[in-house]
Amino acid sequence: MNRTLDIIFHNTTRFFALSVLVVLGALFFVLFNEAKPAIDAFGLEFLTNSKWAPNMEIFGGYPAIYGSIVSTIIAMAIATPIAIGIAIFLSELAPPWLAYIVGMAIELLAAIPSIIYGMWGLFYLAPLLRDIWGGNGLGLATAGIVLSIMILPFMAAITRDAMKTTPAILKESAYGMGATRWEVLKDVVIPYVKSGIIGSIILALGRAIGETMAVTFVMGNAHKIPDSIFKPATSIPVTLANEFTEADTDLYYSSLFYLALILLVISFTVIAIAKFWFLRNLQEQKV
Amino acid sequence: MATICEVTHEHIIEVENFSFYYAGVDTPNLKNINMPIGKGAVTALIGPSGCGKTTLLRCFNRMHDLYPGNRYEGKILLEGHNILDKNEDLIKLRTKIGMIFQKPTPFPMSIYDNVAYGLRLQGIKSKSELDGRVEKALKDEALWKEVGDRLKSPGTALSGGQQQRLCIARAVAVEPEVLLFDEPTSALDPISTQAIEELITKLKEKVTIIIVTHNMQQAARVSDYTAFMYLGDLIELGVTEELFITPKEEMTEQYITGKFG
Repeated sequence: MNRTLDIIFHNTTRFFALSVLVVLGALFFVLFNEAKPAIDAFGLEFLTNSKWAPNMEIFGGYPAIYGSIVSTIIAMAIATPIAIGIAIFLSELAPPWLAYIVGMAIELLAAIPSIIYGMWGLFYLAPLLRDIWGGNGLGLATAGIVLSIMILPFMAAITRDAMKTTPAILKESAYGMGATRWEVLKDVVIPYVKSGIIGSIILALGRAIGETMAVTFVMGNAHKIPDSIFKPATSIPVTLANEFTEADTDLYYSSLFYLALILLVISFTVIAIAKFWFLRNLQEQKV
Repeated sequence: MATICEVTHEHIIEVENFSFYYAGVDTPNLKNINMPIGKGAVTALIGPSGCGKTTLLRCFNRMHDLYPGNRYEGKILLEGHNILDKNEDLIKLRTKIGMIFQKPTPFPMSIYDNVAYGLRLQGIKSKSELDGRVEKALKDEALWKEVGDRLKSPGTALSGGQQQRLCIARAVAVEPEVLLFDEPTSALDPISTQAIEELITKLKEKVTIIIVTHNMQQAARVSDYTAFMYLGDLIELGVTEELFITPKEEMTEQYITGKFG
């Protein structure tokens, strides 16, 4: 009897676990299948064609891909140094009570739904930026700023957790040599947790590149390559969120699926690189 | 009162009426300790777990200052100067009093950079001087033969015993006056342990050593003086052979004969 239960239990849990693979496979299959007409019609030129003209049945994914990548780069450039600074302060410098309060605030910020960041970006940040650099205040730079604020808490929290893994005894050794706080950080803590920091940055990157709601509000939704980061643009998730309801032809519909497939491939690649980097670094440290 | 033997070596350190309180604790963890440390001698601190030997060791380089709220009372005089002074320059103090830990702690950098670390902190930039002192430190720690041809590889790639000798080389490179060893062989195999013990015996020609150890045989092998501590009190400081053969305090005798521990 016990043995039968054991077998049932084993098979049930194995079924659950394997279902993850099934979902993943199904997802790829459906995306690919739906994107097939667009892939047949445009091929790889879809990636470099910047013309998006639904009325002429011409679809090029370049503006959306470009927008996704550039807004993510802007967000990373802003968020990374600040997040590392916050993490250093919280894990190494702040008195415990302050680290606790700020740490809590960061966890709360990370839990705010992204649409709220989008609303804030549209109704507060965009008018502010309009006054600063003109135009309508929407575009890649605005999206980058909103994204950076969105991923910052997450990035700071996991970077801090990574920094806390530095053994106390290792830090004490450096202090014991007469190192200052700054020297201990620079020479011991940061090199020790380097892979954790890179990992957290890449995880944040993965979040930023697929972010939809916050960016949809502030991107400006223009299907072209803007001549400046301060002008309206689009990104893959933004295009998808905005245009499915308008996709009145099969090719239009299929082109959106093509974009979705590209987004999936980009996200997969980013995470694969992250794991490769991340794991490789971890292994180096273990030796 | 503790029984304190005569320390015939010149006294490099005098601990006077010294008590230590951990943050948020009203009762002292170390109680009114008085003891001299002989210059160029090895002084072992022994006693059962929780007796305060490591706590005392970490007072000599003010390691407790890293954690807020810890408090010292009394004096620890290093060559007549009270290192517990509020204005004591801890960075300077720690270059004079180095420390080796329970586990090897190579920094995440190359073997060369590990040994050069303290020297660079002191502002030494000249490549030739660094090269010379790194080589000398590694030769002194009998590590040169093993790693001399791979100074660029990471310090963490060495074996445990080699890592610990690397840490000793790193500490010795800055030519400290005192070296604190906190159970330096507790994570090592017997052969590595023997190598470290031989080093300690050799090192005392140029540096004063205070070593905390769980292992009484080790104390007997390497030290000139042994201090037995119990529950935050110093019970007895004796010349090592005398303390282990004819302890003056009953409690010391009970401990070294294994009646408690």
